[in-house]
Amino acid sequence: MNFIQGLGAGTLSILRAWGHAAIFFVGLMRVLPQAMRRFGLVITQIHAIGNRSLVIILASGLAVGFVLALQMYYALVTYGAAESLGLVVNLSLVRELGPVVTALLFAGRAGTSLTAEIGLMKAGEQLAAMELMAIDPRARVLAPRFLGGVISMPLLAILFSAIGILGAWVVAVGLIGIDAGNFWSIQQNKVDFWRDVVNGVIKSAVFGVVCTFVALYQGYETQATPEGVAYATTRTVVVSSLAVLAMDFILTALMFSTP
Amino acid sequence: MAKKGIETAVGLFVLLGLLAFLFVALKAANLTSFGRGDSYTVTARFDNIGGLKTRAPVRSAGVVVGRITSISLDAKTYQGVVTMEIERAYQFPKDTSAKILTAGLLGDQYVGLEPGGEVDNLAPGTTIKQTQSAVVLENLIGQFLFNKAADAGGAAPDNASKKP
Repeated sequence: MNFIQGLGAGTLSILRAWGHAAIFFVGLMRVLPQAMRRFGLVITQIHAIGNRSLVIILASGLAVGFVLALQMYYALVTYGAAESLGLVVNLSLVRELGPVVTALLFAGRAGTSLTAEIGLMKAGEQLAAMELMAIDPRARVLAPRFLGGVISMPLLAILFSAIGILGAWVVAVGLIGIDAGNFWSIQQNKVDFWRDVVNGVIKSAVFGVVCTFVALYQGYETQATPEGVAYATTRTVVVSSLAVLAMDFILTALMFSTP
Repeated sequence: MAKKGIETAVGLFVLLGLLAFLFVALKAANLTSFGRGDSYTVTARFDNIGGLKTRAPVRSAGVVVGRITSISLDAKTYQGVVTMEIERAYQFPKDTSAKILTAGLLGDQYVGLEPGGEVDNLAPGTTIKQTQSAVVLENLIGQFLFNKAADAGGAAPDNASKKP
């Protein structure tokens, strides 16, 4: 009996959490137009979320491009297909690694700061003070951050892919000595703009929505204590990373299942 | 003043992102290769299409002139029906023949067009009459082994009669 009760209570609490998040999401969507009207706030947030993440994204992209080129060369040269190095690196970056690794870094770099910031605002009762002044904190605080994250994420992901491809070019052409013309022309032949590049951008936009929403939700719903903020920040990284990986599988299956 | 600085920084960031997108689209993907619109459709029937895939190139004299848009099986004749889009700039005579060829020994397969000598050009939507199927390696090896065996079989009775 206890077991069945526990099962029921668990199911209900999961459903309640999901429902709560969904209602929160719909509420956030409703106040987005208000944030659009005050775009200055969004620009400040793009600066905080996007520009400040630029260095870590570019450095990681370059490193991933370097390493991917070296590792793929090791496998490809066995089959005499070293010329396809650029293609392999390009496809893995544009279709998969660009959006996913950027989203994971984004959750760690920008998501945590969003959660901590909003959590501390809540702990300091700034959000409650806003409500007392008849300012909707969702419209004033959450919506600009949400838009900032959603706009920044695809830009960061495509920058990650681009710098990764350039990194691979440096290794392939400079270090290994693959012909530069072949390096580019094989990519241009095989990488499809709509199927590969655009789908990658769509992926990164979805991840941007997921990561930013999780960060904002965790911050807004945090317990207003130091432990609560710490817990919420941890939850942000864990939940958004898992959500990104799960969404990635679903999106990949939907987008790339047909050849 | 600080606000202006932030706006400039964001502008640079967005610009950088768009440049990266353009770079990936133009330099590292195929957006520059010809788009749709200025092309006409021709079909060809093959007894065996081998490993031909949609979006494989159509070449004439080695130059890419189009792409394969769809491949299906004719349920009556059991032939593979290959539909291809050819750039309008390239017109081929009516008696052009189509072959399925392979780039290199193990490369991708493509359709090669060999122009004939007729005056009239292939009209959009028509079917190429003369086709040559893909060479299937297994069939080739099978034929080779069969011939070998036939040769050996012809010689064997001779040897048998000589040493009783």
